[in-house]
Amino acid sequence: MSNAVRCRQLFKRFESGQKAVDAVNGLDLEVERGECFGLLGPNGAGKTTTVEILEGLIAATSGDVEVLGMRWGTGRDHELRQKLGITLQETRLRDKLSVLETLQMFRSFYADGIEAEEAMALVALEEKSDAWISKLSGGQKQRVAVACALVGNPELVFLDEPTTGLDPQARRQLWDVVTDIKKAGNTIFLTTHYMDEAEKLCDRVAVVDHGKVIATGSPHDLIARLGGEHVIEFSLEVNGDRVVDAESFSSIEGVTKSVEESGRYLLTVSESHRSLPSCLDLLAKRNLQLKSLTTRHVNLDDVFVNLTGRRLRDD
Amino acid sequence: MTIKHNAFAQLVLANVRSYLRQPEAIFWTYGFPFIMVVGLGLAFNSNTEVQSFFTVTREAASHPIVASLQQDERFVIDVLGQDEALERLRRNRTPFVVSVDASGDFEYFFDPTNPGGNAARTVVDDAIQRAAGREDTVRSNDRRTDAPGSRYVDFLVPGLIGMNLMGAGMWGIGFSTVDLRMKNMLKRMVATPMRRGHFLVALVGSRVLFFIPEMFFLLIAAKLLFGVPIAGSYGSVILIALLGSVTFAGVGLLVASRAKTIETISGLMNLVMIPMWLCSGIFFSSERFPEFVQPFIQALPLTQVINALRAVILVGEPLASQASALGILGAWCVVSYLLALRMFRWV
Repeated sequence: MSNAVRCRQLFKRFESGQKAVDAVNGLDLEVERGECFGLLGPNGAGKTTTVEILEGLIAATSGDVEVLGMRWGTGRDHELRQKLGITLQETRLRDKLSVLETLQMFRSFYADGIEAEEAMALVALEEKSDAWISKLSGGQKQRVAVACALVGNPELVFLDEPTTGLDPQARRQLWDVVTDIKKAGNTIFLTTHYMDEAEKLCDRVAVVDHGKVIATGSPHDLIARLGGEHVIEFSLEVNGDRVVDAESFSSIEGVTKSVEESGRYLLTVSESHRSLPSCLDLLAKRNLQLKSLTTRHVNLDDVFVNLTGRRLRDD
Repeated sequence: MTIKHNAFAQLVLANVRSYLRQPEAIFWTYGFPFIMVVGLGLAFNSNTEVQSFFTVTREAASHPIVASLQQDERFVIDVLGQDEALERLRRNRTPFVVSVDASGDFEYFFDPTNPGGNAARTVVDDAIQRAAGREDTVRSNDRRTDAPGSRYVDFLVPGLIGMNLMGAGMWGIGFSTVDLRMKNMLKRMVATPMRRGHFLVALVGSRVLFFIPEMFFLLIAAKLLFGVPIAGSYGSVILIALLGSVTFAGVGLLVASRAKTIETISGLMNLVMIPMWLCSGIFFSSERFPEFVQPFIQALPLTQVINALRAVILVGEPLASQASALGILGAWCVVSYLLALRMFRWV
């Protein structure tokens, strides 16, 4: 059986006047059937452009795209759309329709699928059945959008930034919904710039930056590749214009990676309680004053920092 | 297939529901045109005869002939100082000023390009000459045509229906298309297996659905309030209105086919609608425009809708006599839809 998604050397250039932007710049992907695959990257990395090419909504400049073993524009688009469920990054559903009416409308576009009521149950919105879309909270609207993606009983579900802009509770509710879809055996392709979301939901992640995949693997693998499970993160009091090179901490016992990112030092270690005393000794010996110090588990943000020298999010 | 699983039916339902759930939209469709018909109908349908309004200077007012005019019920006369009277004329606050010059002759001040000024000159001069003793040399008889069917209000009602047909079709379709595009709904819809044609036909169809009752509401209100007759067949009226409605929806779709913001669509709509507002004969006959612009005016869809509606509603002409109007409308309809479909921006 074919892969759920396969794309090779995908390029997308947007031209406006004199300026040209390469939103996608030689991207390769392979998504297996039945997995939950995440495209993780900062804003502007080309995630939405990529996913909209895969969804057949915009055309690639060049490259080969295969979705569920079919290609867009070969006369089988209608057949392919029957098998896909989609949420766009931002859709404002029609305000004056109720949840049930919205889902019934989307259901009517598909030859096969589940009933609107069932889709409502999947996203736990039964009690909002007759409420107008305009009366729902942001999280509830997003769950309706996901339900619209599910009414056609899709083989492959695309979720573009499903929890962007939602409060923590609404995010967790949406994660529960995605976890349920996953359990039902659907293939999910989601994009996110939240590393916790990718870690929690995705079987495999492709880290993208500047329109290219820079690492692929399970969240666990990507973290393990850093060589440690913990991070010692600290910053120093500014002392004149003396710049301390991150390399100077790499000799500390147990440190596998050492990077500096806008004034913060991140040391990847296997065991914090062994490396921390040596680290403090070194700082004291060099007469450096700590401004802050924390230790925590390694996450995908650290993976991204190690690959690019930047954090996933600016805030 | 049941309505529940029929995509076209669901699309129509979605439009109808969205529309009915906006009270302000109902007002603009039913309330506003009604107010216009009533307001303009009352303004132009006073039962008293039209009076002539003009100004005389104080010097002229003391003249016995002018004093006799002030007793005449056909005139409404203002008496002012010469300077003030001429200032009023310059500002278009009065169409005509009567004065007396140094030698005792009457002097008429008016703008000959202003129809009101010309009319007042004829009527006032006639009254003055008669008062001074002039006799008519040829006998003439007045035959008044203020029977229902030939009054200004009768002329106005089909014009307003046409105007409304254009406004509802173009704004209704244009605005909602751009609104859906801005909200990313068009993109979301084409990401499903929905047939694009279904979507567009449902959009146009649900608007047309609301127009027919609206038109009858106006016609019946005009009949009850002002006795505006419907001389022709209802079927012909419906057919013309339907074709007009579908055509304007098509033009609206074309205008909205690429626009991405409400500002763009508002500008484009005005660009397309204002020439028709001005030239297509809503408030006065389009034949009053000079000969050389007539081909352009006759090519406008609103001109043809209004002419055909007037012919059928007021004169009772059969539909067949309106073949050329229907042909021009049909051409607009086909061309706008073909172009709109080619240019339409979904994502």
